[in-house]
Amino acid sequence: MKRFPEYYTIWNIAGHYGLRIFALLVLIFLMLPILVIMPLSFNSEPFFTFTEGMLALDAEAYSLRWYQEVVDDDKWRLAIRNSFVVGIAAALIATVLGTLAAVGLASPWMPYKRFITALLLSPMIVPLIIIAAGMFFFYTRFNLVGTFAGLIIAHAALGVPFVIITVTATLSGFDRSLFVAGLSLGAGPFKVFWDVVIPLIRPGVISGGLFAFVTSFDEVVLVLFLAGPEQRTIPRQMFSGLREQINPTILAVATLLVVLSAALLFTLEALRRRSVRLSGSA
Amino acid sequence: MNDLGSDTFLRFDNVKKSYDQKSLVVKGFDMDVEDGEFITLLGPSGSGKTTVLMMLAGFESVTSGDIAIAGKSINRTAPNKRNIGMVFQNYALFPHMTVAENLAYPLTVRKTPKAQIKERVAEYLKLVELSDFGARRPGQLSGGQRQRVALARAMIFEPTLILMDEPLGALDKNLREQMQFEITRLHKQLGFTVIYVTHDQTEALSMSSRIAVFNDGVVQQCAPPAELYERPSNAFVADFIGENNFVPGKVITLEGTTAQVQTDGGTIVAQAVDGLAIGHACRVSIRPEKLFIPPTSHAHDNALTVRFNTRIYVGDFIRYYFKLPDGTDIIVKVLNDLSAPEFADDAEAQLLWLASDSIAFPAG
Repeated sequence: MKRFPEYYTIWNIAGHYGLRIFALLVLIFLMLPILVIMPLSFNSEPFFTFTEGMLALDAEAYSLRWYQEVVDDDKWRLAIRNSFVVGIAAALIATVLGTLAAVGLASPWMPYKRFITALLLSPMIVPLIIIAAGMFFFYTRFNLVGTFAGLIIAHAALGVPFVIITVTATLSGFDRSLFVAGLSLGAGPFKVFWDVVIPLIRPGVISGGLFAFVTSFDEVVLVLFLAGPEQRTIPRQMFSGLREQINPTILAVATLLVVLSAALLFTLEALRRRSVRLSGSA
Repeated sequence: MNDLGSDTFLRFDNVKKSYDQKSLVVKGFDMDVEDGEFITLLGPSGSGKTTVLMMLAGFESVTSGDIAIAGKSINRTAPNKRNIGMVFQNYALFPHMTVAENLAYPLTVRKTPKAQIKERVAEYLKLVELSDFGARRPGQLSGGQRQRVALARAMIFEPTLILMDEPLGALDKNLREQMQFEITRLHKQLGFTVIYVTHDQTEALSMSSRIAVFNDGVVQQCAPPAELYERPSNAFVADFIGENNFVPGKVITLEGTTAQVQTDGGTIVAQAVDGLAIGHACRVSIRPEKLFIPPTSHAHDNALTVRFNTRIYVGDFIRYYFKLPDGTDIIVKVLNDLSAPEFADDAEAQLLWLASDSIAFPAG
């Protein structure tokens, strides 16, 4: 039994447990829809419900057939490849542009800082459907609708705000005198930026890049508007899968996505800890 | 490019700085620095001393005037091309590099051969007594150790000049004294030229070959420490450097460098500075340690009657607070020995001093 301070009344103790139970319920509410799809994706029947065999933990009721189907299906394979190509390209562009923007915005001599920041962050705030519609009409003039280039540019624009936010956060802890010190030691501004600034803001750059990748990876609205059949990504394929051929294949894909996201999250945290350790307690 | 007397190591020629094109932060700074000097820019915050340092380092532009090294103006030289080492108050060590990598950085930038870099890093680590710390990161060092690394990094590429911007400001008192000693030792041993900025006068007095006292963007006096302390050229310097008493009065006679001053408590004699005029108000400065309370064997030629206010036990000495008849506070420092007298509240006392220990400045 937990020991409470002696001045605790019965209500304090009730509050203590009440808070924990409430927090647990919130957690379950958030996680359950995600967790429930995982066992379902191993269903051996083409249903979205738990069969009796599954509930009885009968090994026969479980199978990897839907995973096999994902791997065998050309459409899914194309979608997975497209998602990675578009996601990685968009994340790279967003990381470079977002980092440069954040560094510029962190300069004390930057004019109209608030206005420019708001402008750059707007893709995060403006409803996607509006961006999608706007881009569609804009792209038709340049024949970018239905091209990889178009989709990558659009997703890069969505990813930039994430990079700006994470890099700005790391830059706020960046001591400008380090830059000045680098100059005084004889290195030119670009060399100092590369040797000193980049290594120190790297955690922010990397996590911003990962956020940008994830944003592109699970984005569906822009894809619906801008992508042709050749550019179908995983979410787009799931979307049509839901409407056309309802079977647990999409559950298998969803499970894979959850695993991938979790892996990215752990990578991010590991990177952060490593950078904290490397820079010492300073 | 202006030719500014190529014999001078470093010259500031009427250097001015304005941030807003209206008011001047530095109002015409002139100074010649010889090779190997330890120059301190001393002054209250906002007096322009750091701005001068930043202009010299190239991180602030010069509004007008010239800064020249060996006769060549460096106004148009980029900061990274000036070959000036700098030590910062917050050390500014690169946290993602080890101590050895920090030291190697300026050499790597200059494309020094690897073997030579290694040798030089080892040599300078030894110089600052951190030989075993090369593999550590700055985050794993104490404040004093970090500052020694910062010093070594500023020296390792053998710059023309080393600038120090309040380098000891972040250290506690004991460590600060230790580092003062360390900097003085390295300066003597290696013979580099230092421009040092501080607002701590003890630091300035104990380390410098010359001190430039700044106030309001103007150098009030530039002189060796002893001269600055003993012969301040104006009331600001007399007040800013060390402690000082100021007795108000009126000049009645002026003969050469001696002035007779009429005060509420009687007539006293003091050294006169330029700008003093008969019949005008003046302030006579006397250091607290140059005042004596009778009975005393010290020679004296001035005396004033004062009232005892309070005494404060400091340890190695005792501070007495007296009041002049007009209410001016007078502080006297007496060594804590058997001769340190006791007074009753409001008791009358005599203070004695030598005319040569006091200076009369124009009032204002």
